Amino acid sequence: MNSISIEGLSFDYHGNEVLRDITCDIRQGDYVGIVGPNGSGKSTLIRCILGLNKVEHGTITLFGVPQPAFTAWDRIGFLPQGLQLFNPNFPATVEEVVRLGRLSKKRFPRRFDASDGEAVERAMDLMGISPLGKRLIGELSGGLRQRALLARALVNDPEVLILDEPTTALDPDTRDSFYSTVRDLNINRGTTILLITHDSSTIGLYASKLLYLDKRIIFFGTFEEFCHSSNMTEVFGHHGQHLICRRH
Amino acid sequence: MSFADIIHYAFLQRALLAGTLIAILCSVLGVFLVLRRLSLIGDGLSHVTFGSVALALLLRFQSVYTSLAAIPCVLIAAIGILKIADKARIYGDAAIGIVSSLGIAVGILLASLAGGFNVDLFSYLFGNILSISRAELLVTACLFMVVLLNVAFFYNELLAITFDEELAVTSGVRVERINAVLVLLTALTVVLAMKVVGIMLISALLILPAVSALQLARGFKTAILLSSCLGVASVIGGVFLSFFMDLPTGATIIIISFLLFATCFILRTTRK
Repeated sequence: MNSISIEGLSFDYHGNEVLRDITCDIRQGDYVGIVGPNGSGKSTLIRCILGLNKVEHGTITLFGVPQPAFTAWDRIGFLPQGLQLFNPNFPATVEEVVRLGRLSKKRFPRRFDASDGEAVERAMDLMGISPLGKRLIGELSGGLRQRALLARALVNDPEVLILDEPTTALDPDTRDSFYSTVRDLNINRGTTILLITHDSSTIGLYASKLLYLDKRIIFFGTFEEFCHSSNMTEVFGHHGQHLICRRH
Repeated sequence: MSFADIIHYAFLQRALLAGTLIAILCSVLGVFLVLRRLSLIGDGLSHVTFGSVALALLLRFQSVYTSLAAIPCVLIAAIGILKIADKARIYGDAAIGIVSSLGIAVGILLASLAGGFNVDLFSYLFGNILSISRAELLVTACLFMVVLLNVAFFYNELLAITFDEELAVTSGVRVERINAVLVLLTALTVVLAMKVVGIMLISALLILPAVSALQLARGFKTAILLSSCLGVASVIGGVFLSFFMDLPTGATIIIISFLLFATCFILRTTRK
């Protein structure tokens, strides 16, 4: 079953083409690494999927529902690279921030109840941040804050998890631990993962599929297909292809 | 004259009650506005209030109707700020600047047509909480309920868009609608607050209690509660101090509010 279907998606920003004729299906349980150079449209693609950019050409279907009409946002968790205008003095506690993820399950008036508290506890426990529940979000280090935001993304046990360069600000140990957690979610829970990363040389360590984007799709398929594709050798050269395939 | 004597004055009771209600509204909304970097929207909308008050005075409306007449003008201006920011692809502060200066310009023109700045207009510019009538108190109480109930209904959505708009969208929150709710509630509050501190000082009543609370609060609800307490303390303290010392009430309220901010700031820095 497809979690996400994209058909003929094109997107331009103030007349500049960002995405051209993107067509692909993300299946339930896939772990897709989305890579590409700067300005290749990786984040724009994710923003279109999430409804943060309005799609004018092409269609996006989420769990069989066309994106503009999609309302079951509790089925999708999103972890951005960073918060838009994060204020380090924001007075919300980690618990309050994680609980906000439960809003997608609510109808007006969106009140929280005991079941939300339990879900928040479970998500914080999963991320190993339970003792930090009463701390202010701005007091946490970059790594712990990303864990808190990942707990927020996971608080509804989503079927799809979308991560936009989530480890940019993290040190290598924290990054490895973060990816290990995400891989466990994919293997043990069958969560579909879409991971945008700038680092094409490490994506093979985690993902099962590769989406190489440069405004259009250069490659979409499994790593095995990528690594054995002579077409890709022509595009990336032996060294580039080997770099992406390494240790997979 | 002792404290016990003056508390029996009906005008003072009305002033304290209305001031408390309005201080709570300003303090609650202020937390959202400050964190959303919309602090100066109170300033912009208050300038529109100036224009509508000048119009009401030109048409010789009674005091209570002056406030009511300002409500539709300020609500339209509030939506105008959102629309200009959205459609003209400019930041919110520039949109606030446009609407604000337009409000002042219209106000000056109308005041000029009405024969210049008179005592009535000055009472709106600088506030005159001690002159609040029973009818105005009733209007204040009704609007207080409207604003506070809306904040309670939309609290979680307001918190979500204040924390991060894009994350709020991915939680199914209709950000444009909630932004409109916040701005419209602010518009209603600004109309109410002009009688307390005056058009010139409304933004201070929206900003100071909120930024004071943000120095110390640990948790969003705590911030709102603390902000409300500080706002109410400023208004009550200001009313009494101005009464005893024969000072302008609006300005005294703001000076007390600033002193509370300074205290919170010092407490925070020493706590570190």
